[in-house]
Amino acid sequence: MLKCRVIPCLDVKDGRVVKGVNFVDLKDAGDPVESAIAYDAAGADELCFLDITASHENRGTILDVVRRTAEACFMPLTVGGGVRTTDDIRNLLLAGADKVSIMTAAVNNRDFVREAAEKFGSQCIVVAIDAKQVSPDRWEIFTHGGRKPTGINAVDYAKEVVALGAGEILLTSMDRDGTKSGFDITLTRAIADAVQAPLIASGGVGTLDHLVEGIRDGHATAVLAASIFHFGEFTIRAAKEHMQKAGLPVRMD
Amino acid sequence: MSVAIVDYGSGNLHSAHKAIERAAAEQGVQVIVTSDPDVVRQVDRIVLPGVGAFADCRRGLDHVAGMVEALEDSVIRSGKPFLGICVGMQLLATRGLEHGVAEGLNWIPGQVIEIKPDAPNLKVPHMGWNTLKPSRPHPLLKDIPTGENGLHAYFVHSYHLQAANPDQIIASTEYGGELTAMVGRDNIVGTQFHPEKSQKLGLALIANFLRWTP
Repeated sequence: MLKCRVIPCLDVKDGRVVKGVNFVDLKDAGDPVESAIAYDAAGADELCFLDITASHENRGTILDVVRRTAEACFMPLTVGGGVRTTDDIRNLLLAGADKVSIMTAAVNNRDFVREAAEKFGSQCIVVAIDAKQVSPDRWEIFTHGGRKPTGINAVDYAKEVVALGAGEILLTSMDRDGTKSGFDITLTRAIADAVQAPLIASGGVGTLDHLVEGIRDGHATAVLAASIFHFGEFTIRAAKEHMQKAGLPVRMD
Repeated sequence: MSVAIVDYGSGNLHSAHKAIERAAAEQGVQVIVTSDPDVVRQVDRIVLPGVGAFADCRRGLDHVAGMVEALEDSVIRSGKPFLGICVGMQLLATRGLEHGVAEGLNWIPGQVIEIKPDAPNLKVPHMGWNTLKPSRPHPLLKDIPTGENGLHAYFVHSYHLQAANPDQIIASTEYGGELTAMVGRDNIVGTQFHPEKSQKLGLALIANFLRWTP
């Protein structure tokens, strides 16, 4: 039986982890590779790096991080942030990423999703959606960390990018991100039920019950979280045991 | 002893290379990433990786002059142990039906068809960790716990190989019906999942492959 995935996400800036992981004794909590190795050993099902490097000159640092991670971790790795061209995707895949997540470039040019999926296969193209609620039944896509509205309906957009070849959706509720009040379940379910591709729920996890809700009520196939794992509040193992108790299939290898 | 990873422009060689290197180091096996057909003829074992679409991978393979012939010499005629991974496994079939029809190597007769789970809530691609259901023992699965309570393998695919001869299916996986997870005959094996991404199960399977004397 296919298991639900628990995915820790690390923000990486100029090759260093922002808000370092501190649930184990690491020699260098700012080294993304050390954190990746710790999560690999802890039983994470996948790992996600979000590159928030601002300057163009330092964009290459993520490639080195990915390369070193792939040498040490034999688990799936998704990398996102600043992916704008098929060359960006190719470079990340060659460095050892398994999936690449696209956000703004897909909003600006939907055809980029088609081009990327045709070139590299749907299985490695994740489209990241940052959505905010604008009325009771409507969520819109926002870019630039939730600051820039686009007026695009998030559910329609998700359907569109999956039809163009996106193999997975990474959905973040910008209303919930950082609040620790749980996923936006209505939004998650609206998109998960509208598309055939798997959906990773993100934004708002504060308790282990939130992880269960994302899958059971939001119909996501994977849940992504950052701070609850990084600061040692909960281990991956504790998260999975909690999900298992709630009747969800998880991997305990 | 040496093992070649065939490089034909199909994406993620780095992870496959590193995972095989780790298992190979313990056994003193030399790992060579190559797009040279002569090297494929000289090595003792061959790994054919592959990600992306079937037809694209087939084109990539054809694009390396003499590679298909070298693979047939080494694997079919000389009987060297062969491991195909993901689309590298699907290419063993007679044909693939992804975005049109493309010919495979026809080493494991069958077709590569779209996954259609029988439950509407099951997503495509089949993406994530699933268990293996072996239909018979195989040296590559030696000492690896399988079944519902066994170790997990990492899958990510929208098509799977429907083998014409059921005896050539070594293991399947459950996803709204059975999907082919592993095929093989004689000195040939292919895995739909990614051993290089499957942590314990994957590294154990790669180590078994490097030891295998079919």
